[in-house]
Amino acid sequence: MTPLELHRELLRLRRSEELLASLYRQQEMRTPTHFGIGEEAISVGVCAALNLPHDAVFTHHRSHLAYLACGGSFEALCAELYGRETGCSRGRGGSVHLTSREHGFIASSAILGEMIAVATGAAWAFKMNHEDRVAVCFFGEGAADEGILYESMNFASLNKLPVLFVCANNKYATESPLSARMAADADLIDRAETFGIDAFEVNGNDVGEVYETTQRALQHVREGQPCFLECATYRWLEHVGPNYDFEMNRTYRSRDELEEWQALRDPIVLSAENLTVSEFDSLDVMDAEIQAELKAAADRAYAAPKPDRSTMFVNVW
Amino acid sequence: MRTLKYREAISEGLVQAMEQDPSIFVTGISVNYSSHVFGTTKEVSERFPDRVITTPAMENALTGICIGAAAMGKRPVIVHDRADFSFLAMDNLINLAAKWKYMYGGNAGSVPIVTRMIIGRGWGQGATHSQAIHSLFGHFPGLAVAMPATPYAAKGVTMAALAADHPTVILEHRSLFEIEGQVPEEPMTEFVPRRLLWLGRDLTIVATSHMVIEALAAQRALSEMNVSVEIINPVWIRPLDGDAILESVRKTGRLLVADVSHELCGFASEVSALVAEKAFSSLKGPIRRLTLPDCPAPVAQSLEEAFYPKASTIVGLVLEMLGRDVPEGLATIDRVDSFKGPY
Ligand SMILES: Cc1ncc(C[n+]2csc(CCOP(=O)(O)OP(=O)(O)O)c2C)c(N)n1
Ligand SMILES: [Mg+2]
Repeated sequence: MTPLELHRELLRLRRSEELLASLYRQQEMRTPTHFGIGEEAISVGVCAALNLPHDAVFTHHRSHLAYLACGGSFEALCAELYGRETGCSRGRGGSVHLTSREHGFIASSAILGEMIAVATGAAWAFKMNHEDRVAVCFFGEGAADEGILYESMNFASLNKLPVLFVCANNKYATESPLSARMAADADLIDRAETFGIDAFEVNGNDVGEVYETTQRALQHVREGQPCFLECATYRWLEHVGPNYDFEMNRTYRSRDELEEWQALRDPIVLSAENLTVSEFDSLDVMDAEIQAELKAAADRAYAAPKPDRSTMFVNVW
Repeated sequence: MRTLKYREAISEGLVQAMEQDPSIFVTGISVNYSSHVFGTTKEVSERFPDRVITTPAMENALTGICIGAAAMGKRPVIVHDRADFSFLAMDNLINLAAKWKYMYGGNAGSVPIVTRMIIGRGWGQGATHSQAIHSLFGHFPGLAVAMPATPYAAKGVTMAALAADHPTVILEHRSLFEIEGQVPEEPMTEFVPRRLLWLGRDLTIVATSHMVIEALAAQRALSEMNVSVEIINPVWIRPLDGDAILESVRKTGRLLVADVSHELCGFASEVSALVAEKAFSSLKGPIRRLTLPDCPAPVAQSLEEAFYPKASTIVGLVLEMLGRDVPEGLATIDRVDSFKGPY
């Protein structure tokens, strides 16, 4: 992808999340939702380097970005949040349970660390079948609290599985800072390497860097060398819901810290620096186009039918 | 007695227990967060800051770690923000804590850990943030399982569990935290549950957890139709006080069990079996079970509304069981859930 294409993706994801967050405030999306504003570059950079829909992508509760970056339909996402029959999971799963298999986005789930093992299993299947496919799992540094990450990394390394672990380190798990969960001298990169996994430290807000590093890592992954990316980033909104923490009077992190990330490390601003002058000048038109498309999709999603009670038991088996 | 909210009753129970017993500590992912588990751990975290300890997300190991601490004389309270997260702790809870005393012939002491967990409901909590798993825990000897539905019982089970010699699981319901009720000021270490919540004549309703609230609302509507129901709330799922249920059914001759989870292999079936076995001759008609539909909890509001049985569902069933006509428009008695998201 060119810098402009990457930029467009970033902008599309940002506007998607912004629109969903503003609609969420109307209290008609009744599903606990974890917005990804501020962390777009990780999903965009990684997914741009994949061979989709051939490869298989999994993610965690902060699920929208990876889904959208794989090409999942915004309308179906919006409909899922509204609890409509046209939602990507037919309104049954909500924000945390997305799927778009036709785009290579297999599934997201809300139990911490759950999908790390599942992605590892997908990679195992690819290896057994001698298929040239890789599995990717996005998760937060909070999942590194759980044992399942280490069991999965060990297994992936032992069996030389084509899996890429992508950890978005936004320094918080709900209200817990990293310092409350990990010894000061502990390091995620070291942990991955201990298992024989190739680990890369990335500026997760620099889409170009994420893209290039992923391309490099994927060369190893496709040869059966599992890799790990630790992407430094920051979540702008509250853990769950559409507001800023300061609006909710939460004090576990400061407004200054947020504003520093917004001012100095906004992925969209950073990416714009890679554009030519004429590309930069085209952004306003691009932005207006994106927003118009999203708005129309959201309207269609809202107008779509709600699941009928008679379908309550469809897909239990 | 004064009136307290359910969440205040839990908080007071924890405070009083921790005042009495310095070996108690409270731990889990969010016990020190600003929301303090619906406010239940706020006061203890202020009063005993060293004994209310937030941990990384590590349900599996944390439970083992607490078993270890308990084996050395501590009394840990583990809190899971959703009961669903405790599935990660199942091995330690079931394979070890529940069996510790017995399996080592009583010679390795006991591990009286208390695990509190919250059942979510509504606003699209969905398939993995709303499960009531008391039947599952209730299956295993050695584990006490409590499901308080009133502030009185909430304080009672908290304090009784922290004085017991065995491990306990307490399932609290998110929709109950703001409910008010009378609670004694003094410590409730010798807690005896009030099993009979409403005295009646025509039919026995055994209701668990949040269904107690629905059953009480149903009772009010039914009394206006000259139907008198008796409401029994088994606060302890294990050990189960079967006598209270049997006594009531022997009097009324009819039983409806309203539970907050599924039917197959569930608590409603357990109670039905008990009554069928021990009070068969008193029954004037078939036992009915009111449980969740046999599917995971859907998110879409149109389905979620139909998923959870309500007071009107109970009224309809009771009338049916008594062979009476079910009037239109029952749904007006249902409470409107004022909860606004996101979590
Ligand atoms: C097994 C389990 N325990 C606890 C939770 C509650 N929980 C939801 S998200 C979260 C923190 C996640 O932090 P991180 O992985 O860093 O992702 P982020 O939210 O920062 O994107 C926790 C503890 C859960 N969903 N599953
Ligand atoms: Mg995080």
